[in-house]
Amino acid sequence: MITIDKKTDVPAPRGAEDSGGSLLEVRDLHVEFHTRDGVAKAVNGVNYSVNAGETLAVLGESGSGKSVTAQAIMGILDMPPGRIPKGEILFRGEDMLKMSYEERRNIRGRKIAMIFQDALSSLNPVLSVGYQLGEMFRVHEGMSKKQAKAKSIELMDKVKIPAAAARVNDYPHQFSGGMRQRIMIAMALALEPDLIIADEPTTALDVTVQAQVMDLLADLQREYNMGLILITHDLGVVADVADKIAVMYAGRIVEQSPIHELYKRPAHPYTRGLLDSIPRLDQKGQELFAIKGLPPNLLHVPAGCAFNPRCPKAQDVCRTDFPALVPVTEQDGTELPGRRSACHFWKETIHG
Amino acid sequence: MAELSKAATSAEGAAVDATPSVTEVETVEAATEAEAVAAVEAPVERGEPILQVRNLVKHFPLTQGILFKKQVGAVKAVDGISFDLYQGETLGIVGESGCGKSTVAKLLMLLETATSGQVFYKGQDITKLSGRALKAVRRNIQMVFQDPYTSLNPRMTVGDIIGEPYEIHPEVAPKGDRRRKVQELLDVVGLNPEYINRYPHQFSGGQRQRIGIARGLALNPEIIICDEPVSALDVSVQAQVINLMEKLQDEFNLSYLFIAHDLSIVRHISDRVGVMYLGKMAEIGTDVQIYDHPTHPYTQALLSAVPVPDPEAREGRERIILTGDVPSPANPPSGCRFRTRCWKAEDKCAAEAPLLAVPERFQGSDSPAAHESACHFAEEKDVVHAA
Repeated sequence: MITIDKKTDVPAPRGAEDSGGSLLEVRDLHVEFHTRDGVAKAVNGVNYSVNAGETLAVLGESGSGKSVTAQAIMGILDMPPGRIPKGEILFRGEDMLKMSYEERRNIRGRKIAMIFQDALSSLNPVLSVGYQLGEMFRVHEGMSKKQAKAKSIELMDKVKIPAAAARVNDYPHQFSGGMRQRIMIAMALALEPDLIIADEPTTALDVTVQAQVMDLLADLQREYNMGLILITHDLGVVADVADKIAVMYAGRIVEQSPIHELYKRPAHPYTRGLLDSIPRLDQKGQELFAIKGLPPNLLHVPAGCAFNPRCPKAQDVCRTDFPALVPVTEQDGTELPGRRSACHFWKETIHG
Repeated sequence: MAELSKAATSAEGAAVDATPSVTEVETVEAATEAEAVAAVEAPVERGEPILQVRNLVKHFPLTQGILFKKQVGAVKAVDGISFDLYQGETLGIVGESGCGKSTVAKLLMLLETATSGQVFYKGQDITKLSGRALKAVRRNIQMVFQDPYTSLNPRMTVGDIIGEPYEIHPEVAPKGDRRRKVQELLDVVGLNPEYINRYPHQFSGGQRQRIGIARGLALNPEIIICDEPVSALDVSVQAQVINLMEKLQDEFNLSYLFIAHDLSIVRHISDRVGVMYLGKMAEIGTDVQIYDHPTHPYTQALLSAVPVPDPEAREGRERIILTGDVPSPANPPSGCRFRTRCWKAEDKCAAEAPLLAVPERFQGSDSPAAHESACHFAEEKDVVHAA
């Protein structure tokens, strides 16, 4: 068997190129799906950026477009029915949407990797986990089967799977939920990517296991100085790990903020509603605040602000004018770094 | 074949009573079926126990072989659980997946036959009832399921789904009256009564869960068993459904058994909370006792693992991170079941199973730490507020 040495394009040591610009920048991204009933606008102009070693949390309910954005970044969006009519996804300054299929394939896995929500359905049930982990090395690095297996064991050790050498030939169903998620993490880490996108990595797990997995992810991120995009709907998990946060609603970012600021003073009524509607562990409250109504149908997003039918503060202007994502300032006009809100009444929301 | 496995189960099924301190059940002797029905239909005062579970056990046999099945073991899903549910209260049951909380729900609904143990509903052991008396019990204990997408028949209209219980219990609503009753129920759970002819796929997740709740309410039950009723819903919709359930409890004087893995939601809705681990109850008490003064190490670990939506707290808070996974219920550890993941475990824990009782050191004290906890080394530790 011939082993091809592809080691020529090993990623350059980090740090040198990190100084200028962000690792990943999404600019005015639009994604739509053409369905029988019409065009569903899943993502309508999303902007965000991640630096090396930074954790960006993308928070939103189901149907808010958070996963679709991630799939567009990874280049695993089903097209058709999906379409990207507009936007740029810059990875280290280069627009990935303009790259050839081969170029993108080289980035996927090696530079940007993804951790999926449901580990059981993301792993192939008829192949051993060692084989699936080793695939990364065989395909991308051209290693032999033997080398790849040795690497797999190393990786499984890294994500703290006990008795890795003995379990490398086991199949996915022989692992518990938490262990399977570790295998998914190991697979994403295999080629030491610069950026990891984790799509609800702990939603299917119990709290004790969730704490283990999030801890592991944070340790590894620190070790490799990776950027992390954490997609979730859990405000608790976000508070625990994120550096900055982007709140999505109906395919748009409605609020962007550094993490501490957001929980203290939300600048969008939707964020405020979300924070008020979660029960607290450390105190027994009275009736929960509930955001009335339902998330909008993406085939018929309301005119003006998409949140207006559910918003307690909605005025006439909200039903007609589309609010732009504008920088948020203190009352005296000093800018709050990194804070933006897409609400006509952000001043009243944050200061009122 | 069936007899073989049954015999083997009962041989080893006799679990020790792990809960010596629960009160004796006042049973109602009913010689005839009519007496049993009367006992079941008698009203219960608020604050009196309505459902009493004593030493409930459910073992699922593991068999080997095709023609001559022989039992090679048992999955001890529920292994000796006792608790009381009082009229008008909400008892929350929390625990990790695989700890047996859903099996408890199925046993109380009589969807599974208990291996041993009793469930007393108003003094009647429902595991031994049959005929009319059983039917009367079933009317009074209803269930709301976890997944609103699979628990509603996609080919039935909402009216048929909510009205179906009346087919089985026609005495609750005469035929001509049913449509009006269903519309009333839709109104009660906050749906438009005109939706009666729609199909489940025309509704969102939160609305479907409301339909599930309406179906549970149809027969005016006294107890509703809720198995993870909001875990499939989005955060903003979750709050709506929780508020609805609290409103209905006051309105119809219901008792809830609320099973969930989300500890914050359980605290919000429950009066008392039981923590389960591997088929046994680890700790039980009021919400303040469990959340603010937990004494069982498992409860402490569970509470400390919950992410708190407050970034200020993340540096200061002490996290107890358990190692490993829940052991298999087919082969649970000897002695205390939590000892394999416990940082306090000593030799005694492997040798002796701790009983669910008020720990000795807290006996006679008035502090909230004096509640039932199944640990040899029970110690109070506030993990929720510690900063």
